[in-house]
Amino acid sequence: MEEKITTRRKVLIGMTSAVGAVGASFAVVPFIASWNPSAKAKAVGGPVKVDVSKMQIGQKIQVAWRKQPVFVIRHSKEALESLSKVESKLDDPSSLKIDEPYRDINPTRSTSQEYTVIAGVCTHLGCAPKYYPEIESQPWDESWVGGFFCPCHGSMFDIVGRVFKGVPAPTNLKVPPHYFDGNILTIGEERGTA
Amino acid sequence: MTQKSSGFFNWINARLPIVNTYERHLSKHPVPKKVNFWYMFGALASVVLIIQIVSGIWLMFGYENTEEGAFASIEYIMRDIEYGWIIRYMHTTGASMFFAVVYLHMFRGLLYGSYHKPRELVWVFGMTIYLVMMAEGFLGYVLPYGQMSYWGAQVIISLFGAIPYIGESLEIWVRGDYYISGATISRFFALHVVALPLILIALVFMHLVALHEVGAGNPEGVDIEKHIDENGVPLDSVPFFPYKVLNALVAIGIFGIVFSIIMFFFPEGGGYMLELANFEEANPLSTPEHIAPVWYYSPYYAMLRAVPDKLGGLVVMGAAIAILFVVPWLDRSKAASIRYKGILSKIAMTIFIISWLMLAWLGTVPVTALRTTLSIIGTVIYFAFFLLMPIYTSIEKTKPVPERL
Repeated sequence: MEEKITTRRKVLIGMTSAVGAVGASFAVVPFIASWNPSAKAKAVGGPVKVDVSKMQIGQKIQVAWRKQPVFVIRHSKEALESLSKVESKLDDPSSLKIDEPYRDINPTRSTSQEYTVIAGVCTHLGCAPKYYPEIESQPWDESWVGGFFCPCHGSMFDIVGRVFKGVPAPTNLKVPPHYFDGNILTIGEERGTA
Repeated sequence: MTQKSSGFFNWINARLPIVNTYERHLSKHPVPKKVNFWYMFGALASVVLIIQIVSGIWLMFGYENTEEGAFASIEYIMRDIEYGWIIRYMHTTGASMFFAVVYLHMFRGLLYGSYHKPRELVWVFGMTIYLVMMAEGFLGYVLPYGQMSYWGAQVIISLFGAIPYIGESLEIWVRGDYYISGATISRFFALHVVALPLILIALVFMHLVALHEVGAGNPEGVDIEKHIDENGVPLDSVPFFPYKVLNALVAIGIFGIVFSIIMFFFPEGGGYMLELANFEEANPLSTPEHIAPVWYYSPYYAMLRAVPDKLGGLVVMGAAIAILFVVPWLDRSKAASIRYKGILSKIAMTIFIISWLMLAWLGTVPVTALRTTLSIIGTVIYFAFFLLMPIYTSIEKTKPVPERL
């Protein structure tokens, strides 16, 4: 009799705990979900437009999209032709490790044959890399071939944002969704999705 | 229970054991009769905790937790609120002093084996306090929304991105936005002023309850519980009041002088306590030339930078903190105190201190090839000190620990 009661009590405790655990895990949902970007934050992160016709050859400009820097670089023909020469120094020259939106279209990694559009956020820990286009010896690399250097932890990228071997950054700089409409570059959406 | 106090206190005590608790944990609490200055930092840490809570509440009166208003509200506190500057410098100096006394307190623990049986849980609670303090300090540093607040937070939050698969969504979830915005600041504010302080106070309570259950250690590593009088009080102990209270008051006095000198004359600590880049408002489009953490995180930051791999760096940094939790089970020595440990422990401890200080310096300076090599050496020594501890503490010859203090 005593044993029967104990068993019965154990079963009841087990069932109550199981139901309670399910309830608790549902109750957690709003607390977790409230930390996601709010509707307001999502709306502010809309696309931005920029006129790139005034850019000089070799120039880099910085555009803010979702308050993060996006680099637009207008390359010279020579610079684009030399891209294949640095490939031996690169970790992932064809961007196979990341979800590259415009793969194998242009050497610039963008939808344009002349401009590169990359997120200016180091894939290591999020600093904004600095642009050093000159081919000259630098404190961090004696045989610098031009590109981006991150001052925080020393990651290096080439002029289209592809990461070098042996640096802390794990992947190439990201290419944000964008399209060109003549001289107007739109960052933050694909053509025809708006 | 002794019936010596007035009727009023007896009436209260029969309903709420204040007299009992006061006698058990304060006035009559037995503490080892011979300790040295290293045993003062625990008391000092509780003094700083109170300073931080009070000055923090007063800062909240002027602070605004929005993206547009945060930086300006700090200037408002500094310039427009009467004596606002002193309240803020008290809080920032307090943050650095909190870590200073806690590091010395932890070092005392390593030096005299304060984590030895039966004080393992005291150590574990203490380490948890340290972990929460690190989070608390980080969250607080983001609130002024200066350049270093922003980019420091950018780097630290990006660490979550190193976690495979969920990393990137986790980053956005922590920020609540695509960058460190007002959403991030307001949640960091809530965590900094309510959630973590509550946890911190609860942990300090557990740390003290656990400590009072097993009794304080001493620099000799002598177990004073072995020799007790007829009332169960250790013979080598003195009551907390007045002996330790007066000692502590002297320590608090000296500490107050040091604290005031820093607060009044060197509140920026040469850029190590308040970084100069943080006097400029956050600019999400421009990274400062040199990002360095405040001094109390720098050894771990140096370890992060020493590893040329994103996930690897995060794992090493996490492991460096995690390994501290298991020190009570790594030390196999028969002697608790360094005084009676063998030569190997003494050498290991010396090299460890030097390498820790070197890492602390390396974490604050820009990267060069040589410094990266030094950081790697320092990181290896740091882990070797702990991982080899079971070996060198068990093979070395210890001196006999005395019976009495």
